[in-house]
Formats: sequence, structure tokens, C-alpha cells
Amino acid sequence: MTVTTVTTAVTGAVGTAHTRLEGRDKVTGAARYAGEIPYAELAHGWLVVSTIARGRIRSVESAPVLDMPGVLAVLHHGNAPRVNGDYAGMLGRPDPIVAPFQHDRVPYAGWPVALVVAETSEQAREAAEALVVRYDEEPHDVAFSAGHPGTYTPENSPHMQAETEKGDLEAELAASAAVVDAEYTTPEEHHSPLEPHAAMARWDNGRLEVVDSNQGSMWVADELAKLFSLDPASVRVRSEHVGGAFGSKGVRPHQVCAVMATTVLHRPVRVVLTRRQMFSLVGYRSPTAQRVRLGADADGRLRAFDHQAHCLTSTVHEFVEPSAGVGRVMYDAAAHHTVNRVVPLDVPTPTFMRAPGEAPGSFAVESALDELAEKCGMDPIALRTLNEPDAGPVSGLPFSSRNLLACFQEGARRFGWADRDPRPGLHREGRWLLGTGTAAASFPSGAAPSTAAVTAEADGTFTVRITAADVGTGARTALTQIAADALEVAPERVRMRIADSDFGPAMVAGGSMGTRSWAWAVMAAVSELRERLSLGGGIPPEGITARSNTAEAVGALPSRERHAFGAQFAEVAVDVTTGEVRVRRMLGIFAAGRIVNPLTARSQLVGGMIWGLSMALHEEAFRDKASGGHVGADFAGYHFAANADVPLIEADWVDDPDDDDPVGIKGIGEIGIVGVAAAIANAVWHATGVRHRHLPIRPDRVLLAGAEPGGGRDARSRR
Amino acid sequence: MREFGYQRVFDVPGAVALLGTDPEARFLGGGTNLVDLMKAGVERPALLVDVTELPLGRIEATADGGLRIGATVTNSDLAADPQVRRHYPALAQAVLAGASGQLRNMATIGGNLLQRTRCGYFADLTKPCNKRVPGSGCPAIEGEHHNHAILGASEHCVAVHPSDMGVALTAFDAVVSYETADGPGELPLAEFYLPVGDTPHLETALPSGALITGITLPPNPVAAVSRYRKVRERASYAFAIGSIAAALDVRDGLVREVRLAFGAVASRPWRAREAERLLTGGPASAEAFAAAADAELAAAETLPHNAYKVTLMRNLVVAVLTELTEEATR
Repeated sequence: MTVTTVTTAVTGAVGTAHTRLEGRDKVTGAARYAGEIPYAELAHGWLVVSTIARGRIRSVESAPVLDMPGVLAVLHHGNAPRVNGDYAGMLGRPDPIVAPFQHDRVPYAGWPVALVVAETSEQAREAAEALVVRYDEEPHDVAFSAGHPGTYTPENSPHMQAETEKGDLEAELAASAAVVDAEYTTPEEHHSPLEPHAAMARWDNGRLEVVDSNQGSMWVADELAKLFSLDPASVRVRSEHVGGAFGSKGVRPHQVCAVMATTVLHRPVRVVLTRRQMFSLVGYRSPTAQRVRLGADADGRLRAFDHQAHCLTSTVHEFVEPSAGVGRVMYDAAAHHTVNRVVPLDVPTPTFMRAPGEAPGSFAVESALDELAEKCGMDPIALRTLNEPDAGPVSGLPFSSRNLLACFQEGARRFGWADRDPRPGLHREGRWLLGTGTAAASFPSGAAPSTAAVTAEADGTFTVRITAADVGTGARTALTQIAADALEVAPERVRMRIADSDFGPAMVAGGSMGTRSWAWAVMAAVSELRERLSLGGGIPPEGITARSNTAEAVGALPSRERHAFGAQFAEVAVDVTTGEVRVRRMLGIFAAGRIVNPLTARSQLVGGMIWGLSMALHEEAFRDKASGGHVGADFAGYHFAANADVPLIEADWVDDPDDDDPVGIKGIGEIGIVGVAAAIANAVWHATGVRHRHLPIRPDRVLLAGAEPGGGRDARSRR
Repeated sequence: MREFGYQRVFDVPGAVALLGTDPEARFLGGGTNLVDLMKAGVERPALLVDVTELPLGRIEATADGGLRIGATVTNSDLAADPQVRRHYPALAQAVLAGASGQLRNMATIGGNLLQRTRCGYFADLTKPCNKRVPGSGCPAIEGEHHNHAILGASEHCVAVHPSDMGVALTAFDAVVSYETADGPGELPLAEFYLPVGDTPHLETALPSGALITGITLPPNPVAAVSRYRKVRERASYAFAIGSIAAALDVRDGLVREVRLAFGAVASRPWRAREAERLLTGGPASAEAFAAAADAELAAAETLPHNAYKVTLMRNLVVAVLTELTEEATR
């Protein structure tokens, strides 16, 4: 049944801090993850990935390896089960990484070339490391740059409009009193969640069962069914606990290889990726090179806005990091141009990584806004206030709610922004130069059709079933609070069952759309259930179950610009004699609709802000041009913030009501990271007078750029 | 990962004898580097001889006023030792600047000296590396090398030694004691690490099969006013991109004695003897410190992405010696 309007009865669970329902299990080790659940007869698969960046596999010399202790099979392009990688899934045609061992071509370093299966994980690993694979190597190109000759403007997709344009850009720039024209770059970045990708697959009475760690069990089940040409009803995927995902945990080679191996060996097989393999097998964020041109009148009013963003993709699949989307929401101008361009190189296909587009895009745009404020002699918040649009700059649609200025006002008050001397390079404390910076944040607030079932049990409790995923965010707890309020019962009477594809289609934990989409379905099912319960009569032993499907209701949402907003503030200390940058404090104020669980919401927002700090100062994958592969692809080589880097961080929110919205919840999964790198870079400028337009702001870059009281210096890229 | 044997030993002769039974055996201390390298396939020992129960876990004052540090003393215990903190503060600071609390609780000082470079090419079996596979080449020179050597490197290897502790020990003229089947021996730390040359895979002058039993610090009054400063790309849990151990004795504005060693600039902790020579007897001024640093760094050979280290080390010399001068004259 579809329910198009839902009333939200508030009994007090929503908006109240609740610890995670599974928190105790997780901290005591009782919660089992996909890589550690025991199964009888379990065999272990270990992937072998290519050591060349382009070419063909000449031979996989499996015979010696098959004689090694415990080895059961070596799957490769010569003997692996055939799969159908030519289908349209949730995100369209899949990245060919989901169809390994189907041909002898190697499109990049780290491409799967074989799976060794053995009785133990150690035996599989030793045999995989001993497996000799011979290649016919071809020249490769992994060197990304904005001016790469293979660059093109992609076709529009449902997920991304490639280019938007209005007005006469050159004329408006020429007529502007203040112009910023700058290039910003961000490096290749990886999500690499703490829990590596792991999946167990087995056949059970004609059904394929997969125990996985993913962002959407129905998504994975549906794509596995398509890949292996199975009846979707014969595939069951579960993912009870997930130790982080961030966009990386969709359909990936580990599930596909586990299914292949269990099909061949007729026993359960588990495949777990190593940290190093994750760098080439689970996606990442493309490096970006972004040119931003802003033109404004002397009073700061924007006349021209131009954002040209470049990224890379693989030669086998197109994924575009949509960095240029930021300005389509944030800033209007008489002439407005945004474009995402992409170049295919011999590298793995990038993918969605926390705040795709907005994270790198906001670094460029929000840095450029700060440069414009400097040129106009304006306060950066005043500049943004002046340029606050009334409607979507590109769409012309009204905003469902846009409380960005409330975020800036509250943030400025709490951060002490009014006391700031805007002049750079003047504030010293011992060897440290001090500065503060700010930036705006936004992220779309979408919803996708989902189904849910709610059962009134005979014992007076309620069971909710929905193929939601709790990737560590606290979604299970938040949905329990939502169900409890909708049912007008205490949360203790609600049993929340998630992450099982048998529960039916639902949105994945992605795009900051999970909780909003699932809550909608749960509330709709509860509404239907309460209608049925209101008819009276007893509850039979099997309970009374009501189901929802929000497809129609989601489709009926009026067209609006729907986004969460935020204001980021940072204070940094910079020692220009050593290049060290330390963030001293950060504050993020967000307008993100109704906050379901303040405890886990704050944690998620602070987590995003810490990631933004890492993006600003630490994160950078090194790709070796000679081999085409990574150097230092582990957590010793790929730096992110350690505890000692993380200062006092506060995240809070302002009221952000939307009475016309049936759910009132916006996503908070991604907005925490948006704008942070710009706020920190702007603070580094305020401290030193030098603009850093290339992330991360590493000590060597800061050291060589030095300091210039009064501003005016630009740090040059060294990579 | 290769299957390996594991045996714990309880006396030094037994340890040396057991290692001698198998050319593919390795001593295991805290395992904080060796086990990582085993996982990466860089090290493939057939047998691990666990030396952590050997009676080498003490820190004792020597008769002449120095310190004798047993090889199995953990980094944490070394850093916490009152004698170390009082007489060699830079050594305690250096140890605390390294790794994490958990790693320092495991890591031993003998193992610390023998840890391998963290060059990303060295730890990656899919890449060439002269240190791992002699003659295979050094891709870092054309590739990723922003944290590689500027002093004492060669066309065959530009990796840096990762130790913080070793930098302070080098400044204070530490001597390494070892035991072999033929008996005990000693090596000054200054002679412990071999020049890179065309044999980057040969890292130390320790005889084959030797077990490090301890480190001796000679009495060193100047070390009481000493400091270790480490610059790294995050505030903790990262190797240095440049570090300095310095000790200074200043009287009446003149440098009476100075000790200076650099980390993360060479294949070994780098004693800055030229800078020390220039500074001794001269004025304790920022100009003199900078001139001494420039003289020491005149031999630097930089690559496209590590030239910043020259500026960094110069700035560190000036900053830390200036701080020590202020400390000495307070």
C-alpha cells in the first residue's frame, strides 16, 4: 500500500539522544562482521591483482600453485564461470570491475587476474603470492592533468548534468570590478573503510546466500542476480554490521569472486580484500583540477561565475566526479557556467566517495569566494550573504528550505568571528602564525522509493523489516526512534531488522538519502498498520503486517531545490619555518532538517569534519608513473588525521523546518566534510598571507611558500 | 605469507647458537617492523628467534657516568627512565616522537636500530628496489621521493632511515654492543651503518649472525641541555620528513660544545660534524647557526620533490639551537 501523506506523531524518541542499539555488541566484540563469521566447510579465496598497468595476460601458471598445501582452485580468465556484465543496474551499466576473469585484458594496475581458493586463509594467501602471471605489457598513461589531450565533456546522466550555461561570461568578467581567476587541485583520495570488504557466498537449497559488508543488500542481490543470470528471488544478501563504507561498498569483486568460487567448489567460500587491494578494487575519488573564475561589482555582487572541473576515469568505465555541481546550488550570477570534464586513463574507475562533487568542488569555489572577499575588501560572510540566491541559480526552482545564513549567523556568534581582524599574516604566537577561515557547505537532500513492513506482534511489540543498511552511522537506532514515534510506543517495544535483501527493495545507504528514504517507508507502513489496528480485534499469533512502498509518494514530491546547508569555521596555527599546519579548533553549524538522534548525528557530522581536515592537510594517494600503480598503498603511506591532529571540534545545527515535506529529515552523511578544506585553506591564508590552492596543504608546500604579511602570494604546486 | 617456526630463547649464547642453525632465521624483538615486512612478503624468515625474554632489559649507569641500555628495553621504558630524561633529554623526546604508545610498548631499542626504511618501493614486491632486490633499480629517483634522502645517498638508493631514537643516539656518540658465536664486539654508532654506495642492501657493519645486546652512552654533560624536534606530515604516527637532535653548551655567548644530528635526510642518522666544527668556539647567534647549517648542507643533493628538506633542516638548526641558547642562558 502506498501512503502519500504521513503524520508524524511525536512521542519523544526522535530528537532525543540514544546510544546505538548494537553499540554494546560492537565494543565487546559480540557483533560479528562478514569476514569473521564461521561456517562449516568454509574455503578462503585470495585475489591476485595485476602488476602491470596495461596489456594482456599471456599465462596464469596455476599448476605449481595447485600442488601447494590446501589449495583447491585457481580461477582466472581461462576457467572462471562466465558472467553477464552487460546489464543496467541501479547506477546504469556496471563498472567492468564487477565482471572479473572474463577476458585477458588488463586495463590498470591492481586489476583482478586470479582467485586462489584454499582450505585456510593463510594457505590461499601464500599460494596467491606464489602464483606466476605472465603479461604482454603495453604502454600506459596514468598522468592526470587539466590539459590532458584525451579530455572530453561527458553526456548528461541521471546522476549528473555535465554542463550548464547562461549569460555572457566574458562580457560580465570584463565588466567586473573584481575578478578571481584561479586553479585549484585536489589529489587522488581513498575511502578505505576500517573494515575491509568481505563476503561469504554459498548455495543453500537452490538459493544463493551471500553474507557481506555493504551499503545496500538489495542492490548487491539484484546485481549478483543479473551478473549470474539468476532469478532475483533466488539470491539473498545480508549485511548485519558494516565497519564503514563511504561509497565504496556496493558491488565489488569480492562478492562476485566468492559466488564464482562457491559455484565451482560447491562449498562456502569467503573472499576478504587486503588494505592494499582496496586501493585498486573498491573505487576512490578522482584527482581534480578546477578553474574558477568569479567576477563581481565593487560591492561584491557576483556578475560572473565560471567553474570548470576536470577529473579522470578509467578506460573501461566512465565515472565523473561532479565537482562543478556546487555553484548550481550555491551562487547565482548574470553569467553562470559550470562544466565537469573527464579524461580516461589507465587507472581504476573512481566512484562515489563521501560528498562526491561537493567535497572537491567546495574546496575550489569556497576558496575562490574567500579570494573575492579579499579583493573586494569584504568580510567573507558578508560576501556570501550579499550573494544569497532566491531560487536555484540554474534550475530557477524555489528552495524547499535554505537556512545557510542562519548557519553563518549562529556559527559566527559562537566562533567569535566578529572579533576577527581580516588582515592576514599579523597574528603570531611563538613560532606559530594564527588565522581563521570560513566556508559554506551544501549537499542535496534526495529521497528514493523504498519498501518496508511493520508487524504488530501478538505480545504487544512491533517488528520492522526494511533493507536499510547501518554502515556505522546509527541508522538502525534512528529508524527505531522513528518507528517508535510513529507507533507512539517506547523504542524498547520496536524490533528493527535491516540489511536483508529478503525484506524487499529499499534505498541504499548512500547519497545522504538513506535515513530520509527509509524513514518515509517506515512511517508509511506504520500509518497503514495503525489504520488496520484501529479497526479493532485481536492480533493473531503471526501478527498483523502492513507494508509500504513510497514509489508513488516520492514521485509526487513537487520539484524543488532540496539541500542541506552548513557553515564551516576553522582556526589554524602555521609554522612557516617548518611548514607544519595545526588546526586548533573547528565549528560546523548545519541546517539539515529534523535531527533524529542528536548523539549519532553529531558523531557523523564531526566525523565528516575530521575527514575534511584530513582532506585539507593529509590525504593523498601517490601514483607511480613508471609502474602505473600506487606507492605506499596502506595506512602508513596514505595519511589521514591521527587523534593528535584533531582539535576541539563542535558540530551543531539550527532549526530547519519544512512543513511541506512529508519526512522533514535531510541527510547528514556527507555535508560534514563539505567546505572544511576551504575553511582550513582560507585560515592558512589568513595566518600566512599565502593562498594554498593545492591539496593537501603539506609541510613542504607551506615551507616553500613561506609567509607574506599583507597577502598576495600564491603557493605553487609541486606535484 | 610463508609458514615459519617460532622459538623463544632465554640466554644470549643460546640465541646466537639457534640463529646460526638456519640461514633463514631472524631475531624477533617487538616485531613492530619485521612482522609488517613479513606480511608484505619483503621478509620471509623460516624461523623467528624471540629475544624479548633475554636478560637484556635493564638500563644501568656505567662506572664512568654514562648509561648502558639493554637491547630488549622497550622504547616506552627508555623514554620513561629518569636517568635518560635527566641526562639525555633529547633521547627521551626522540623516542616519544616516534610511532604510537602501543608500538613503543612493543618495540625494542635493538630492533629500532635495525628497522628498515619505510620507502614505499621497498615494501612493495611489485616494484623494483635495489635495497630489496640488488640490481633491480631505484624507481624512487624518478618517482615518489618527497621524503627521501638529500645527504649520503647514491644513484642506487635514496631511502632514508626511519629511526627517531637513532638520531639522538648518534648525537651522543652511542656505542652498540653485540654478541656472535665468536664472542662479543662493539661498534660506535657512527660506524654502525654502512655507506649506501652501490650496495644499499647491505645496511650495517654488524657481523653476520650477531645479536645486538645493548647500547652504551658515554658520559656527556652537554647532553643535559638537549632537544629533539621532529617535523612530520601529521601530528602523530608518522615518520619524520626532517628531524634534529641537538645539545648545546653556551657560556658568555660562545658555543663551548655542541652536538647536532639530523634525521630523515640520509640512509642513516646523520651526524652534522661540519656544523659542529664551525660552531664550536664561535658565537651562539642565529647567523652563526644558519651559516653552520649551510656548511653542513652544502653537500646536499636534491631531487625534484625533496629540495625543501635543505630549507627545513636549516630552519630547524636555527630554531632548535636558538631555543637551547635561551634555555642555557636562563
